[in-house]
Amino acid sequence: MNPLTFLSTTGGVFMTFLTATGRLSLFTFSALYHAVTPPFYPRLIVQQMISIGYFSLPVVGLTAIFTGMVLALQSYTGFSRFSAESAIPNVVVLSITRELGPVLAGLMVAGRVGAAMAAEIGTMRVTEQIDALVTLSTNPFKYLVGPRLIAGVTMLPILVLIADVIGILGGYLVSVYKLGFNPTTYLINTWNFFEVEDLNSGLIKAAVFGFIISLLGCYNGYNSRGGAQGVGAATTTAVVTASILILCSDYFLTELLFSQ
Amino acid sequence: MTDKQNMIEVRGLHKAFGHKKVLTGVDLNVGVGESLVVIGGSGTGKSVLIKNILGLLKPDEGSIMINGEETVGMSAKERLRIMKKFGMLFQGGALFDSLKVWENIAFALIQSLRMPRMEAKDIAMEKLAMVGLDPEVGELEPAELSGGMQKRVGLARAIATQPEIIFFDEPTTGLDPIMGDVINDLIINCVRDLGATALSITHDMASARKIADRIAMIYEGKIIWVGPVADIDNSGNEYVDQFIHGKAEGPIKMAVRG
Ligand SMILES: Nc1ncnc2c1ncn2[C@@H]1O[C@H](COP(=O)(O)OP(=O)(O)O)[C@@H](O)[C@H]1O
Ligand SMILES: [Mg+2]
Repeated sequence: MNPLTFLSTTGGVFMTFLTATGRLSLFTFSALYHAVTPPFYPRLIVQQMISIGYFSLPVVGLTAIFTGMVLALQSYTGFSRFSAESAIPNVVVLSITRELGPVLAGLMVAGRVGAAMAAEIGTMRVTEQIDALVTLSTNPFKYLVGPRLIAGVTMLPILVLIADVIGILGGYLVSVYKLGFNPTTYLINTWNFFEVEDLNSGLIKAAVFGFIISLLGCYNGYNSRGGAQGVGAATTTAVVTASILILCSDYFLTELLFSQ
Repeated sequence: MTDKQNMIEVRGLHKAFGHKKVLTGVDLNVGVGESLVVIGGSGTGKSVLIKNILGLLKPDEGSIMINGEETVGMSAKERLRIMKKFGMLFQGGALFDSLKVWENIAFALIQSLRMPRMEAKDIAMEKLAMVGLDPEVGELEPAELSGGMQKRVGLARAIATQPEIIFFDEPTTGLDPIMGDVINDLIINCVRDLGATALSITHDMASARKIADRIAMIYEGKIIWVGPVADIDNSGNEYVDQFIHGKAEGPIKMAVRG
């Protein structure tokens, strides 16, 4: 291959990457600024909180209960080899509160809510509803993006808190009814292993994931182009990029939160 | 100064998307209380022109004066003040499908003028009657309306705040000829009642003849002809002649791919 072609291709890809990062950064700053400055739209904030929080409960609850159940089952298989079955409550409570609660809830909500946001805002973009907002003297960042960001950041921690409880319950059910643990001992062990810092770290992660989901849902919808196909592409991109960013930021947040 | 008579004054407006030059030096005046219609083929940049004037797109170059005030490079706050003078009817209606019809019409009254909802609803119902729709329509969702009804609701929304300048993007496109004419009449009445200045774009000549005081033709990114509506048949411009008679033969070459 001609070395110049190679260079120009590499440069092109790099430039595209920089442009995309720059655009997302600008969007993020605008979104943050407008989310915290008036006018606020309480009606829309509540509406988004219900759509993110309440309507995600079934999917998040189901994910949590089966995760807790499988955790108990898997760790039993592993630990019984060392006769360390008593560590099961520990494994369940630690993994759920620190990791699996926030990450799995984040991924499920990204699929459900991030996609819906991108589709809704994308449709508004291609049908000129966003332009119409502007001509009616309303800032789309304040009206569309702000409420979604606020709802994402506040509702994800609440969802994760519920997921934590349901996940731990799932582990309890399998341990007691299938593996024959003593219910009282199991509960006491769970309580002893439970750490408020673990819970808090999970909730902080959840808030960050909620921000990522809403931000990318809005960003991809807002910048969608070209009819139904463009909206479809925006939806896919919103879910994929949010999921990847959740997993990446999870690692760095873990490093940050447990570095002491 | 001519500034006093002109509500909209566009000078040397350029706009490109990447390598694609859409507007290449548009000059256009719209007088106070006048109705100007810009005609031109599909994809010639009519919507882009209107969106630059509205401030929805940022011009690459040129000047846009509204009522003697330069709007290019305006701060967001100033822009908001100017925006309140505008009303816009979008090509597809652009009704908010998450809101009821009356909430669409009352949108700017509630969100921007901070009017109590019930008071705004009364005004919305009044505007609904002005565009010839029954009060029950107010409680429907936009998705339940036909194309013609959506245009009417869009018109009611555009005039709800009594704007000084109203923009119409292809108000009759996609409607049957009779519904198109109903919309034309509504536009004429609404603009006259408000004493507003109107800038419309269309490729529907029947509509242009009916609602225009003056007609301008856009071609290859520039305004190539402007004149009173009475002169349109004797423009002496072969591009205009070809367009108004809808002939495939002539100086205008249709790009097969836009
Ligand atoms: N936001 C945009 N990004 C890129 N190209 C655009 C954009 N808006 C319009 N265009 C292009 O500009 C040209 C003129 O479009 P438009 O003004 O919508 O035409 P019309 O005269 O039919 O209203 C079209 O070729 C269109 O593809
Ligand atoms: Mg158009």
